[in-house]
Amino acid sequence: MATQHSQSVARMMMAPAVILLLGWMLVPLTMTLFFSFKKYLPLRGGDLGWVGFDNYVRFVSSSSFWPAVATTLIIVGGVLVITVLLGIALALLLDQPMWGQGVVRILVIAPFFVMPTVSGLVWKNMFMDPVNGFFAHLWRFFGAEPIQWLSHASMPSLVMIVSWQWLPFATLILLTAIQSLDTEQLEAAEMDGARPLGRFWFIILPHLARAITVVILIQTIFLLSIFAEIFVTTAGAFGTKTLTYLIFQRVLESQNVGLGSAGGVYAIILANIVAVFLLRVVGKNLDA
Amino acid sequence: MKQIQLRQVSKSFGDVEVIPPLDLEIEDGEFVVFVGPSGCGKSTLLRLIAGLEDVTSGQVLIDGADATAIPPARRGLAMVFQSYALYPHMSVRRNIAFPLRMAGLDRAEQERRVDEAAKVLNLTEYLDRRPGQLSGGQRQRVAIGRAIVREPTAFLFDEPLSNLDAALRVGMRLEISELHKRLSTTMIYVTHDQVEAMTMADKIVVLQHGVIEQVGSPLELYRAPRNTFVAGFIGSPRMNLLEGAEAARHKAHTIGIRPEHIAISTRKGDWQGVVGVSEHLGSDTFFHINCPDFAAPLTVRADGELDLSYGSTVFLTPDLAHLHRFDDNGLRLT
Repeated sequence: MATQHSQSVARMMMAPAVILLLGWMLVPLTMTLFFSFKKYLPLRGGDLGWVGFDNYVRFVSSSSFWPAVATTLIIVGGVLVITVLLGIALALLLDQPMWGQGVVRILVIAPFFVMPTVSGLVWKNMFMDPVNGFFAHLWRFFGAEPIQWLSHASMPSLVMIVSWQWLPFATLILLTAIQSLDTEQLEAAEMDGARPLGRFWFIILPHLARAITVVILIQTIFLLSIFAEIFVTTAGAFGTKTLTYLIFQRVLESQNVGLGSAGGVYAIILANIVAVFLLRVVGKNLDA
Repeated sequence: MKQIQLRQVSKSFGDVEVIPPLDLEIEDGEFVVFVGPSGCGKSTLLRLIAGLEDVTSGQVLIDGADATAIPPARRGLAMVFQSYALYPHMSVRRNIAFPLRMAGLDRAEQERRVDEAAKVLNLTEYLDRRPGQLSGGQRQRVAIGRAIVREPTAFLFDEPLSNLDAALRVGMRLEISELHKRLSTTMIYVTHDQVEAMTMADKIVVLQHGVIEQVGSPLELYRAPRNTFVAGFIGSPRMNLLEGAEAARHKAHTIGIRPEHIAISTRKGDWQGVVGVSEHLGSDTFFHINCPDFAAPLTVRADGELDLSYGSTVFLTPDLAHLHRFDDNGLRLT
């Protein structure tokens, strides 16, 4: 900022947005903290008073806690691996000049516009239904026994659905990164004797490093809290209960607001660890 | 024999013919400069030789062998790009070693060659820096270093100095010329700057719209331009090209006279004119003189000490020994 005056004006102009955001964040956060120290069972007596750290201890010592954390990490990790690898491959393909490029690019991006609930239902009913789903027909066409996707292969199914949703995002970011690569660098590498694989490994991949970091960190934030896909497909059964889903069950299905709030606080801590990490790495990358 | 020959080479992009079929020979150890205005196809020609573009028809011969279908890496040529095209995520050392690494040389040999190139180019103390931490001239030297270590048959330079400031450009010009003298490897150099062409080249190839207008040594081109395009392009400031009655008097459609071949006097001369803008360089002064006989103002070089005020009347006398005559197709008359 140029002067003292313009600095204070800028602060005043930003104030409404900052205050709104703070309120938006602080009110739910305070309420969650407030309830997490209470025994609060809306249908079984309501507010039953302060209980200290009881809820926190109970949430962690529940037999569902560690499996839920593991499930969360498997989904996040699996989706990240698939979207980054396929995203790079797709971005490389889409970067090639071809007929109908514009239409193809829009089609690739399309899954991102489908709401999670809708895509979960479409996958569940149209693709993975063991009787009438597309996959069932495909399996039977080849004479195989259809897979009971969501019950027998629940985790791979979920990872597949969520990957399908997030692949466009990864592809889009990586495609723009590839397009920003100076073609003279690739030509120089070609003159220097690098074969296509060498050019990918030594020139394109290092150039994409920053974009890949951004994709991984942004996706992690969103994937930590996926809910709709699980809700409409398995409803948390067959070992697909994530931390988010566990909190939902504690609050709404068990009607235990206190316990759920404690889980919420754990989720906030986890998300903040990731957020600090994200700001560190992405921020540094953007400076360079 | 490290000779490069182009036989009836042409290049089209779709329906647009950028380079009509042309022949060119480049001898071993020559410093050849392709020069022409932007869009004249000089860079495309260089890329055809490099193999970065496929020729539409014709043959590229390197050392007498047909290299038309050989991929760029195996033509034994090294290229220095306009943007330097350094690999930003690698240190200078790794940048220079990259072609050696791709060729599968062992580490000790890589080290030896990189150190040698760094010494030649004064880069030794920068070897562990990234390209982003270097100045323009240093980056340029790294790009040249990356070309040198391959010990190529020929170096290809694609407008390597156009991103540098004027002072640095003069310095790098000398360095590249010196490098050529020391390595005596064939160099092909593309530029739009005729000063670079004149100062560095053994042989200049003047191009316009993909057509070779003239090939020759800098002084051949200066003394006997084959047509009005070359006449106007080579030499600074530009040659004065005059048409009309004065040209007819010399039995030509167009006559050309360089600014340094016109004598200026305040008392008498062949042509009368009025002094316009004058550009003082110290050693020389360039006067723009408006003559009623000619449509465009004439540029005249005079001694730096000569002082003529704007609007004063002067007389000009061309040196007839250095008068160039051209016919109505723009071709030189002898």
